[in-house]
Amino acid sequence: MLTSFMSYLGSTMTPGQAGNQLWALIYVLIIFAGVSVAVICMNWIERKALAHFQIRLGPMRVGPHGLMQPFADALKLMLKEDIIPAEADQFVFWVAPLIGLLAAFTVYTVIPFGPSQAVSDMNIGILFMLGVSSLGVLGIVVAGWASNSHYPLMGALRSSAQMVSYEVAMGLAVVSAVLLTSLHGIGIYGVTGNGDTGTLSMIGIVQAQQEQHVWFIFKFFPLGLIAFVIFAIAMVAEVNRAPFDLAEAESELTAGFHTEYSGLRWSLFMLAEYAAMIAVSSIAVTLWLGGWVRPFPNLLQGTAWDFIFSLFPGLTFLGLAGVALLGTVRMPSHSFFKIQKIGLGVFGMLLGSLALLLLVIAIAGRSADMSLAARFNEGIGYVYWFVLKVAVFMYLFIWYRATWPRYRFDQLMSVGWKVLLPISLGVLMLTAVVGVLVK
Amino acid sequence: MSSPVNDKTLPNAVSNLDLEAPDKPYLDSNELIINMGPQHPATHGVLRVILKLDGEKVLGTECVIGYLHRGVEKIAENRTYTMFNPYVDRMDYCAAVSNGLGYCEAVEKLMNVEAPARAQYIRVILTELNRIASHQLWLGTHALDIGAMTPLFYTFRDREEILKIFEKYCGARLTTHAFRIGGCQYETYAGFEKDVTNFLTFFAPKIDEYETLLTTNRIWLERTKNVGVISAKDAIALGVTGPVLRASGVKWDIRKALPYANYSKFDFEIPIGTNGDTYDRYLVRMMEMRQSMRIIEQAVGGIPEGPIMGKVPKVIKPPVGEIYHSIEAPKGELGYFIVSDGSTQPYRVRVRPPSFVNLQALDIMVRGALVADVVAVIGTIDIVLGEVDR
Repeated sequence: MLTSFMSYLGSTMTPGQAGNQLWALIYVLIIFAGVSVAVICMNWIERKALAHFQIRLGPMRVGPHGLMQPFADALKLMLKEDIIPAEADQFVFWVAPLIGLLAAFTVYTVIPFGPSQAVSDMNIGILFMLGVSSLGVLGIVVAGWASNSHYPLMGALRSSAQMVSYEVAMGLAVVSAVLLTSLHGIGIYGVTGNGDTGTLSMIGIVQAQQEQHVWFIFKFFPLGLIAFVIFAIAMVAEVNRAPFDLAEAESELTAGFHTEYSGLRWSLFMLAEYAAMIAVSSIAVTLWLGGWVRPFPNLLQGTAWDFIFSLFPGLTFLGLAGVALLGTVRMPSHSFFKIQKIGLGVFGMLLGSLALLLLVIAIAGRSADMSLAARFNEGIGYVYWFVLKVAVFMYLFIWYRATWPRYRFDQLMSVGWKVLLPISLGVLMLTAVVGVLVK
Repeated sequence: MSSPVNDKTLPNAVSNLDLEAPDKPYLDSNELIINMGPQHPATHGVLRVILKLDGEKVLGTECVIGYLHRGVEKIAENRTYTMFNPYVDRMDYCAAVSNGLGYCEAVEKLMNVEAPARAQYIRVILTELNRIASHQLWLGTHALDIGAMTPLFYTFRDREEILKIFEKYCGARLTTHAFRIGGCQYETYAGFEKDVTNFLTFFAPKIDEYETLLTTNRIWLERTKNVGVISAKDAIALGVTGPVLRASGVKWDIRKALPYANYSKFDFEIPIGTNGDTYDRYLVRMMEMRQSMRIIEQAVGGIPEGPIMGKVPKVIKPPVGEIYHSIEAPKGELGYFIVSDGSTQPYRVRVRPPSFVNLQALDIMVRGALVADVVAVIGTIDIVLGEVDR
């Protein structure tokens, strides 16, 4: 076991490719923990950002600047009474949140955080991802059905109609990105590649962008951009977020599909929703924004630039630590705030030491040899740029929610079928034609 | 298994939706009868709407009201005219000043006294400020119903400035009880004019801010245009008044049609719509806020000196008779019908609340629309349940 553990360390493959179940398990656990932490962070950031959009402060009481609020909420939800309505279908009611959660988390097995930083590199990665992430809707539909109540049922029906109208446009947009992967070594990009065959593997798609020296969002401008925008719209509908949050439309259906849910089950739905948001953002990043590739890998080449970009993770955490410490200084000096002040200070220190650790790794691993520190540094870089790109999408989700009213059921369908579908079909065909012509 | 909600428990009084359905198989494809309210996020209080749905399509509605009934009209019969004055503030608590104005003017008309000019000006300023505050509250909640969360907080931020003026004037923010029969109880505080002028300069860009968020917002347009349309004919037939009527193209504003207080002295326009849809009602109210600002601007510049209370006896004993007096409240025509038997207590008070009458139009507006439109229409009618149920 130890040999199997150690043997993988020098590998440049994903655990799945290497056939190393132990490391695959470790990756799964790391990703599960990481996504859970990301959901907690997202919860706090959404409440704070939304609050600041809306000229209020958001959580301020539980911990400094409400930093402990997600934990307090999680605790509260876990301690709440577990209610299953008497008329509900008990088993289905019980299993529904799990379907959503499993679907949301299973997707992460193929998300490439780096060329080898993924559980597995499936050769049908993108298909697997689309398929499994659509299963999340099943959880919602089943939840609405099992609740045996009017509002949840309507939420469930809305959700299924929504999925039908958006999956198609989403799929076509994805296909046009997949088409681009078959353009290795052709046209103005002049890179040698492996011929005409495209790939469905998530890692392969990013590598195709690397080899063609362009993010697919800029490829065949504006075709890549349009396909990306269609995906970006459809993915909001896919995860039921504003302005497409019809399934849970608070002002219409009280809470839609999760009206009858409370406590831990409800929190599982929320966990699934946020995990799904991160997952679909990851698809968008992988397909159009170069995945783990850092900005300008070809323009700003060389070890010096590599070193500068490898400092970014450390500097980001240093910045966060700076914000936290600034908050500590600015905290009112009244004794009421003493504990909060200490807490925020300690939090800032933690972030600061994390930043220092990252900087030390960046400096230690700056040589391009294959030492452990260098490989570690490289991996951190991949994950950092991937997460940063995903974070932009997460912010957009909050921004949408603060800005737009909710679409109506029929309008959402007409946008899906009458606008997005024809455009994505057109983009797909044009991409194909242009691809052939360029060749 | 029986149907999830036992429809048979509904009272017989509300049966024109044909609720007496036979025992249906579990989740069949018949019409769905659903209770929206009395506890629902978008029914603006405790309105209960029974919806008859075909999928998402609304086949019919039935409003069940009375969950906030406090018997205000009956209370009036056991109170003196002065004692009843604060009660009217609790009907439309978003526009308490208008309610007070209507009541005070009705009693004054009954007693044949008139408030002095200075009091009239103060009344107009406060009433119009209250109209803006009421429309702000409407805008915020209406946008929230349609799913735009943010305008609510913007309108509440700006409404706060109006409430601060009220608080400085009479000590109360919401149920102000600002006026007395015969004039105003309080003299304006030092700096009242300045506060009001400051508010006007503060608020002018804020309306533009609301409009930036919504007026040309594509989703907002889709959600409000051609939603909840009511023709001028239907609106008049149903007795609908206020912005809802004006949005259908009827130029009926009691401030112009039957001038009360001293509205005839001010120069302002009556904004009207053309289509009678939710978007027009939105535009009409937005324009009304601007017109209210115009009135306040003129009024605050011309407050005359003089007393604030007319010659009213200590004990108010109107002569035997009856009176109907109506004013243009933010939500429509607010009328008071008072019968006096010559004693210190009214024999009968009947209020014509605009929300109650306008709510009648709900059914005509949402028939054939979708569930999402029902909340949009409830928002656009701008009801306050305190006033509907009294």
